[in-house]
Amino acid sequence: MKLILSSGDITASDLPRVGGKALALASLAGAGFRVPAFLCLTADAYRAFVDGSGLRERILLELHRKDFKEMRWEEIWDCATRIRNLFLRKPWPASLEAVLQPALQERFGERPVVIRSSAPEEDAAESSFAGLHESYVNVRGTTAVLEHIRKVWASLWSDAALLYRQELGLDAGRSAMAVVVQELAEGDVSGVCFSQSPTEPSQAVVEGAYGLNQALVDGDVQPDRWILDRDFGRILAHAPAPRTRKLTATGQGIEFAELPDDLRGRAPLGQEEVLAVYELALRAERHFGRPQDLEWTLCGGGLHLLQSRPVTARAQAPAGDRRAWYLSLHRSFESLKELRRKIEGEQIPAMIRTAEALAGIDLGQLSEGELAAEIRRRWEINHHWANIYWVDFIPFAHGIRVFGQVYNDRLKPEDPYEFVNLLTATDLASLERNRLLEALADRVRERPGLADCLKAGDCHENAPEFRQAIEAFIERFGDLSCSVTGGTQCEGAARPLVRVLLAMAARPAGGGMAASQLPVAALTQRFMDSFPENRRSEAAELLDLARASYRLRDDDNIHLGRIESHLTAAVAEGRKRLDSDGIERPGRRELQAALEGLDFSSRMHPSPPAASPEGPVRPRQLTGQPAGPGLARGRARVVSRHADLEEFVHGEVLVCDAVDPNMTFVVPLASAVVERRGGMLIHGAIIAREYGIPCVTGVPEAATLIRSGDWLTVDGYLGIVTVGAGEL
Amino acid sequence: MQASGDIRPLLRELLNRQRLAALATHRDGQPYANLVAFAATDDLRFLYFVTPRSTRKFSNLQGDCRVALLVSSSRNQEADFHEAAALTLLGSAAEITGPEKEAAAKRYIEKHPYLEDFVHAPTCAFVKVQVRTCILVKNFQQVMELHLAP
Repeated sequence: MKLILSSGDITASDLPRVGGKALALASLAGAGFRVPAFLCLTADAYRAFVDGSGLRERILLELHRKDFKEMRWEEIWDCATRIRNLFLRKPWPASLEAVLQPALQERFGERPVVIRSSAPEEDAAESSFAGLHESYVNVRGTTAVLEHIRKVWASLWSDAALLYRQELGLDAGRSAMAVVVQELAEGDVSGVCFSQSPTEPSQAVVEGAYGLNQALVDGDVQPDRWILDRDFGRILAHAPAPRTRKLTATGQGIEFAELPDDLRGRAPLGQEEVLAVYELALRAERHFGRPQDLEWTLCGGGLHLLQSRPVTARAQAPAGDRRAWYLSLHRSFESLKELRRKIEGEQIPAMIRTAEALAGIDLGQLSEGELAAEIRRRWEINHHWANIYWVDFIPFAHGIRVFGQVYNDRLKPEDPYEFVNLLTATDLASLERNRLLEALADRVRERPGLADCLKAGDCHENAPEFRQAIEAFIERFGDLSCSVTGGTQCEGAARPLVRVLLAMAARPAGGGMAASQLPVAALTQRFMDSFPENRRSEAAELLDLARASYRLRDDDNIHLGRIESHLTAAVAEGRKRLDSDGIERPGRRELQAALEGLDFSSRMHPSPPAASPEGPVRPRQLTGQPAGPGLARGRARVVSRHADLEEFVHGEVLVCDAVDPNMTFVVPLASAVVERRGGMLIHGAIIAREYGIPCVTGVPEAATLIRSGDWLTVDGYLGIVTVGAGEL
Repeated sequence: MQASGDIRPLLRELLNRQRLAALATHRDGQPYANLVAFAATDDLRFLYFVTPRSTRKFSNLQGDCRVALLVSSSRNQEADFHEAAALTLLGSAAEITGPEKEAAAKRYIEKHPYLEDFVHAPTCAFVKVQVRTCILVKNFQQVMELHLAP
């Protein structure tokens, strides 16, 4: 077993243990190319780590919680996060550390290095699906190098790698990863080069930018681009880029720096240098016998070859393959900040203004023709915002994950979701709505006469003040009836709200808002303290962004729900008029056409669940993700239709396919939440944590296997839902 | 692995593939467990094993015919935690003889040819367990039950 190899020790037969990247580098170095010195930790070292630390079966248990086909991208991300945390926290097996530590120390000392993956089985696929595994630039000192090696190993199970597991041939029981630790050549200009263009075989492509080439590879800096003729080695075209910043190595890690004015106006490469890069790529092509995709850097006047692999066409995703879209959600801090400005500064205020303007229109006063036009207009408005929800709001939610990863890297907490505690102290719109509901329920509890008038529906006469308060609530948050049905069964009346208020009032006072008493201040302090003085403002900015991201994840649905309810109100008015009489009034046909032309299949509501399984097979214990700690017992209330929410009784367990923020008003009544849709950061989990009640998400077929009335025990620590009392 | 759906094919496969089951009986409230070589019918309703009449298990069954059996695909390896399935069967046991035994014994010997002597020995009882409930555990903590009508 060879745990660590020098470049000169690697031969072709080592491919299975060093991977394609390390083998190519060794081959280039052996042929006299100027390649920064490196060591390779073989796949055997990976195996020694996971076996010696007991991680192998822990990873397998994580990966077998649930069939991958049933996992949403968020669940895959959660799975990868838990595995990553295991890698971060496990101490090094002493025998392995005793080999690696001195070898790394002797070779690199305090010199900065780059740490990259070199996965043996995955080379071809890896070049087709870039960015699946992590690499780290400018790591100094053996302790830091060892820590980053573990992060690279963990990225064997990154969400990206898990999404492309079939293409990668990723095998939970067998796969392993080699790691290249290479001296950092800190170039003034860096880039990539295709000795043959993937799209035009007669041409070659050189791309270059100031600074390190990590930014260029990640797409954060746009490079200048040159097209060359392969036959004559001439430059055919040069496309300059907007040059504003460059990536530099500072302390541990990398950061962006503003580009000085004189460099902004000057191309990063002169003509001679472009040709030198191309010549280097041609040499590499001759060496390997096929066109090469190169990473290079100009450092101290010399051209260094950082990496070389065969040119492959980027795989084309088949229709309906959303994986590339999921991965595009991995936004950088920089682009998230920009997105936040747009969402908070423009979009949310515009949504609020829109909803208010719609509320000001008295539908009853419109003629049939005007109403038809209004329905169409509202449908367009709703469609517009639903689209923005996908394009901007959902990607912004990635801010929570960016923060989570930084938090886990700094503090290595036992619970990989500890970071969520720092986000919960935010003011969610759904919580504000629930507080208002509580206040209304308190009034009903204190004055028994109010319950009677609610039941009788005569508060207009007997408690006009209370009636006004209810109307004000409906004006602001809707009548609570639209939520589960995707707007198809909105009532436009107070009945659902009345039912909920009565259920809340029937419960003892003070049982509601138990917003979790977590030591947020202490955790926040610990997070800030984990940064050196000069990086604390950056840390504070990241935390602030994550809080905004967390808040929006819930609030966007509330705002969207308001706009949607105005559409459904107009539709309800239209239907009412069509139903009320058969008289052929002007505009009636237009109204009919408007209603028939709308597609009400809703933007984010799931299709109705399949029928419960009949027959003798019954669940006893179902597993999902532990998304909110705690233990609770109660009767199940399976919510799949609007009427189910109205039936909700205090102490029941809310079981549903997917919790929408517009239905979380029943959560204060619930003893626990169980959801089919998975994820630690979904609405059900967020709101359950806010109320401190146990929550299990990602339970396959939860809403069909469990029946209303089933006796449930919800273990929010382990993610287990037990059905029945255990009678045999 | 699908949570719901029909778990019967999985149960059938497990019962066909595994040879041994842990049998639980009791005497005066003292639990007792031992291994038996079993064969099951495809409809999952019956399971058979052979035992000398002099054994504790047989004696226990004379006092109380209720039994539990555990069949598992574990291989005593770490990977069992994510790979193995375990099946608990509840039912009642009774010795069978005559043509009913002959028919069942044929199937039993097909599965356990090395136990033919035991099946035919006059000192052994051929026991039929009528299964009432099957409880399947897979994916470490996923538990589904199948209740069979009597």
